[in-house]
Amino acid sequence: MIRILEKEQLAPAIGQMVLQAPHIARFARAGQFLIVLVHEFGERIPMTIADFDREAGTITIVYQEVGKSTRDLGALRVGDAIAHVHGPLGRPSEIEKFGTVVVVGGGVGVAPIFPITRELEAAGNHVVGITGARSIDLLFWRERMRSVTHELFEMTDDGSGGRKGFVTDALKDVLASRQVDRVIAIGPVPMMRAVAGVTRESGTPCVVSLNPIMVCGMGMCGGCRVKEGEKTRFTCYEGPEFDGNRVDFAELTERLRTYKLEEQEALARLISAHEEAANVH
Amino acid sequence: MSTKPVKKTLIREAVPMPEQEAAERRANFDEVALGYIEEAARAEADRCIACPARQCVHNCPVGVDVPAFIARVAEGDLQGAADILHDKNALPRVTGRVCPQEEQCQMKCSVGKAGDAVSVGRIERFVADWEAEQIRLGNVPPPVKAASVGQRVAVIGSGPSGLTCAADLIKLGYGVTVFEAFHRPGGVLVYGIPEFRLPKEIVYSEVAALERLGVEFKYDHLIGSGQTIADLFADGYEAIYIGTGAGLPQFMNIPGENLAGVYSANEYLTRVNLMKAFKFPEYATPIKRGRNVAVVGGGNVAMDAARTALRMGAEHVYLIYRRGRQEMPARAEEAVHAEEEGIEFVLQSNPVRYLGNDQGFVSGIECVKMEMGEPDASGRRRPVVVPASEFTLEIDQAILAVGTTPNPILARSTPGLETRGKGEIVADEEGATSLPGVFAGGDIVTGAATVITAMGAGRNAATAIDRYLRAKRGTAPVGVTEASAATVS
Repeated sequence: MIRILEKEQLAPAIGQMVLQAPHIARFARAGQFLIVLVHEFGERIPMTIADFDREAGTITIVYQEVGKSTRDLGALRVGDAIAHVHGPLGRPSEIEKFGTVVVVGGGVGVAPIFPITRELEAAGNHVVGITGARSIDLLFWRERMRSVTHELFEMTDDGSGGRKGFVTDALKDVLASRQVDRVIAIGPVPMMRAVAGVTRESGTPCVVSLNPIMVCGMGMCGGCRVKEGEKTRFTCYEGPEFDGNRVDFAELTERLRTYKLEEQEALARLISAHEEAANVH
Repeated sequence: MSTKPVKKTLIREAVPMPEQEAAERRANFDEVALGYIEEAARAEADRCIACPARQCVHNCPVGVDVPAFIARVAEGDLQGAADILHDKNALPRVTGRVCPQEEQCQMKCSVGKAGDAVSVGRIERFVADWEAEQIRLGNVPPPVKAASVGQRVAVIGSGPSGLTCAADLIKLGYGVTVFEAFHRPGGVLVYGIPEFRLPKEIVYSEVAALERLGVEFKYDHLIGSGQTIADLFADGYEAIYIGTGAGLPQFMNIPGENLAGVYSANEYLTRVNLMKAFKFPEYATPIKRGRNVAVVGGGNVAMDAARTALRMGAEHVYLIYRRGRQEMPARAEEAVHAEEEGIEFVLQSNPVRYLGNDQGFVSGIECVKMEMGEPDASGRRRPVVVPASEFTLEIDQAILAVGTTPNPILARSTPGLETRGKGEIVADEEGATSLPGVFAGGDIVTGAATVITAMGAGRNAATAIDRYLRAKRGTAPVGVTEASAATVS
């Protein structure tokens, strides 16, 4: 059982929790992930570590309520317990002095990109941040990102804040204006795919952190397999970071749709159960 | 040893095992074999002639004194029988169900030379289940905990070998902590073997018995991706046993293998067994319920996957295997059960590619026919492709059971830990690895094998760990020779 110490709403349907997990905080490194099982009837959902504090023995997760499991998670309150949190899993990010690094965080991807950005900055890189969301109210951790980047470009699809446009618009400008040694992108698959499209053109090394369907998180099921170049990789133990210029995003997108119908069914049942409960009161 | 006189008349036929009818069981997840009642167990035990050959003992990887426990059953002393089993076997309810007895204790049975071998596994299962029931009813006094010797051991992995090692060490007075990566104990016993062959409640009851003896279980702890072997030593564990198994599923690297609906058997079985996807949406883990399912492979895991797919509602389950029926590595009993339930064997056939629909879902599997080729340098005939023999099966789900290799996560995070081949950890007969204080056994050392061989390795390692830790604290080992005698080569 993992206790929830703090909970905060970051944006509509996006929440943040600080969890008491000293055994995870002690070993966690930027870029690694967790498997969360909200309750004993739950499924194992992979979730990137958004932050950790070794001294306090805490870890931070950021989640978007999209399906039943993330809604179950979002329904928990401070003082409640999450049944199981498994981690840290996966390989940590490669952190070294690359030179100029661009970090791109889209949507909820801003959370996992944050600890990586902090480490890259601490390693002496010149760090350019690009964050993006549909609208400015969905963009969170703005000050945190500003505190660990040398330059920060904030993009919104609708122009409600920052600059109007996609993260790729800002990325193109940055790549056109200077030598960039590495791009690291975390966000929805279409965003990472678009980022990789831009870096492939310029020949810039690009790392993406993938979040495919996953059950075990430890190399025993292969549900998370993705194609990187000609090779099939298991995201859980060979990733989650891969060469963005060589990931088969089309295949990843299709595999992510495997349980779309089941997810819809589970969500519909949850919503109708809530409605029934509401009618009783 | 036994005082029982050799019987004059040999009873050639074994007492049959009651089973659920095939037509009924193919639609449920309840156990197929129903187990003996006491009269049946005693009648079967009575068939043992207590011969001096004792091949059953020699062929048991953990060295159970088979004639002795069977004699107690024949006499009606069930607790005595249970005690003898527990002396060497930490998981008799499990092994009574999943051991390939026909290749081990029953293989060279003297009675078996003139008829059916004595059904050691069935009697074992009866005794162990009887004892569990007595514990549940409160008829058995709680176990006496061994006096602490003040040294702690970390066991990594709670599969059959880790559980056995933990059981032996706790009885010797060591503090034992088992680190399990999943949220439930049992390893392959829980994620891999289906409910209808080994109910999960049985594994959990065996684990609860270890907890009563004082073994501590830490779930959700994967060693190697954060915490390392070095960290465990730093935390005060003085010896470590690695029993992380051969859980990395193999794929064939043929086109279309990453289409949605193509699963490794490990993923498919984990979703159903561990995560209870067969009860979706009550349990949140989803699974595709295939109508026409191809299972690739001919081993026990392939049989488990095929029979599970059937229970998930499939109309056709094709089991595609590149060799013939006789060459299948699965236990004969499992293959027979599968056939009875309606699994369609597609033999001497091998997949070459998967076909997909416009949604990225698998829609077909293209295979070629195989035939036995000329013997190779080793003298073994290998299957070769029959030219122009392609055929396609329409499917909406494929499950690959073409083998597993050692999980690499721990070894890659442990400098100095020697591995070989496909990542097997190098260890001697007693489990000693290239690192002092680090022992390993089971599938992580041998590659995929059976539950009982993994248990044997766990026992041997416990003996070696005891010797190592006694030397460390400066006392002589006792009982080592007796336990080492259980080693089979």
